[in-house]
Amino acid sequence: MEKIFKGRTVVPGTVTLKALVSRGGFNTLASFKDCKQGKNVCTDQNNADLYGKSTVGVALCLPQTIGSTTGGMVLFNAAVIGCNPGALLFSNPIDSLAAAGAILASVWTPNSMPTVDGLGDEFLQYVKDGMTVEIKEDGTVVVTD
Amino acid sequence: MRLTEEQQAILDGKNGEVMAKIMRTLVMYGDTFGATEMVPVTSTYGHIVTSFGVIVIKGVFDLMDELVSAGVVSQQKFSADPRPCDKKVPKNLLQNIVFKVMYGPQKRYEAQLKKIGLLRDDAFTCACYFPEVGNRPKKGDVLSWAESSAVNYANSVLGARCNRNSGIIEMFGSIIGYVPYFGLLTDEGRKASWIVEIKTTERPEAQLLGSAIGMKVLEDVPYVKGLDKWLGSELNDDATTYLKDFGAATASNGSVGLYHIENLTPEAVEQGESLIRPDAKTYVIDDAELERVKNSYPVIWKNKDAKPKLCFMGCPHMTLAQLHDWTERIAAKLEQNGRKRVAIKTVFTSAPDVIKEFEKTPDAARLKKAGVVLSYICPLMYMNNPLCAGMPVITNSNKLRTYTSARYYTDADILDRITGGKK
Repeated sequence: MEKIFKGRTVVPGTVTLKALVSRGGFNTLASFKDCKQGKNVCTDQNNADLYGKSTVGVALCLPQTIGSTTGGMVLFNAAVIGCNPGALLFSNPIDSLAAAGAILASVWTPNSMPTVDGLGDEFLQYVKDGMTVEIKEDGTVVVTD
Repeated sequence: MRLTEEQQAILDGKNGEVMAKIMRTLVMYGDTFGATEMVPVTSTYGHIVTSFGVIVIKGVFDLMDELVSAGVVSQQKFSADPRPCDKKVPKNLLQNIVFKVMYGPQKRYEAQLKKIGLLRDDAFTCACYFPEVGNRPKKGDVLSWAESSAVNYANSVLGARCNRNSGIIEMFGSIIGYVPYFGLLTDEGRKASWIVEIKTTERPEAQLLGSAIGMKVLEDVPYVKGLDKWLGSELNDDATTYLKDFGAATASNGSVGLYHIENLTPEAVEQGESLIRPDAKTYVIDDAELERVKNSYPVIWKNKDAKPKLCFMGCPHMTLAQLHDWTERIAAKLEQNGRKRVAIKTVFTSAPDVIKEFEKTPDAARLKKAGVVLSYICPLMYMNNPLCAGMPVITNSNKLRTYTSARYYTDADILDRITGGKK
């Protein structure tokens, strides 16, 4: 079954990925403490949804990011060393730290993360880990279970 | 977004490809938040949150190399958050080895910061706004900062204007000399969407009150009523020290970039309740609510009953007045408990410039004699060492509690524990 959501494009891109879902705020610094070239397992013990799971190359679905204002720098760094999510999908309007990370990655690295925000609460209620998520340039997100 | 001719020329590459990329980053950032224009950064100095040369941030070192190679120099000098390591701070052999590996690139990174625009060799503190440090913006100044506690203090206590930016973005604003105009830079963005009513029977603990408000309002602006009863209506040393710790807790336990304190902080004094949005929600804080919040903190030590091995105080860095006050309190309590030195290894952290001033006074020797280490480091960076994170560490900082495994106690509890009055 397929369900379509419409958000706002922050960083454009077309990509199809598997979803990884954080129901609560995603603490960027806490989640990338042990990131290495091409590898990252979420290290945030306070995030029961993601702790211990790989965040590399997935469509990270989340309400917003939380935590240290180094967050944007951490996301950018993850893109440089190839351990970043493949896309960022926000149910809420994007926060300034996540926006910084997504934009820095798009301008300064070849490893851009298509980013869509404002997808709404229903998006986050519907999407589950492992579902296929297709992201389009105009902010359309197609979720297939 | 409307750009001036000069800004458009930079975006078009007049000053080189790297400067164009910096401008493109800021324009995209501003467009995301509906910025209408780029406005000049008017503070004398900037401030950088990424002060640590930790080995995993290779991408930042490469970016800095790219900037340096292109001859990029910041329009304004900047201070930076604290350094991560200090020989004086207690650590065992293995922890020390990990520190050396983790922060191996520190010298390389500091050399890069100097080339871009570091203010001074010792301009490393999260509290750059202390009078002793000298990076203290004026009311109405537009800033390009990111350190959450400093942004919060500058906006709320000093009346400057700064968004809650990310690391790197803030450096780019200092380099270009402009920031996108949105959010907390605007009059509308500084209005409160929460009224917080303080109804406690005694002066609330700053770190606990800030935590409660931060967790409730998240990134919104709170207008706090009833706190002037405990702090007075003058921004003196006592009130500003309180607000430093209170604000840092609102910023770390939530994402507060600005708060107003009725009859005390500059915009609340000038504009009063006209700062409150018509649809503002209300949050009442009494003794029971503070107790509930304190009891909600998880203890993530492996052994919850472990004897603390270390105590950190000074996140954010302590003021000069706090160093004197705590020296006095520790000395008095040690005498009362029949001890000469603290019962738990204790580290106070403050700005290098504050430490220099403190060391000119007799209290420096008293504090040392009591066994307290005084350092310039960031306790968070100490706790990021996985071998330190496994230790039972206590603190009176709600920011340190939030980001690490350190356990929070109130000031009175901390004093009891470090002076041997409570196990």
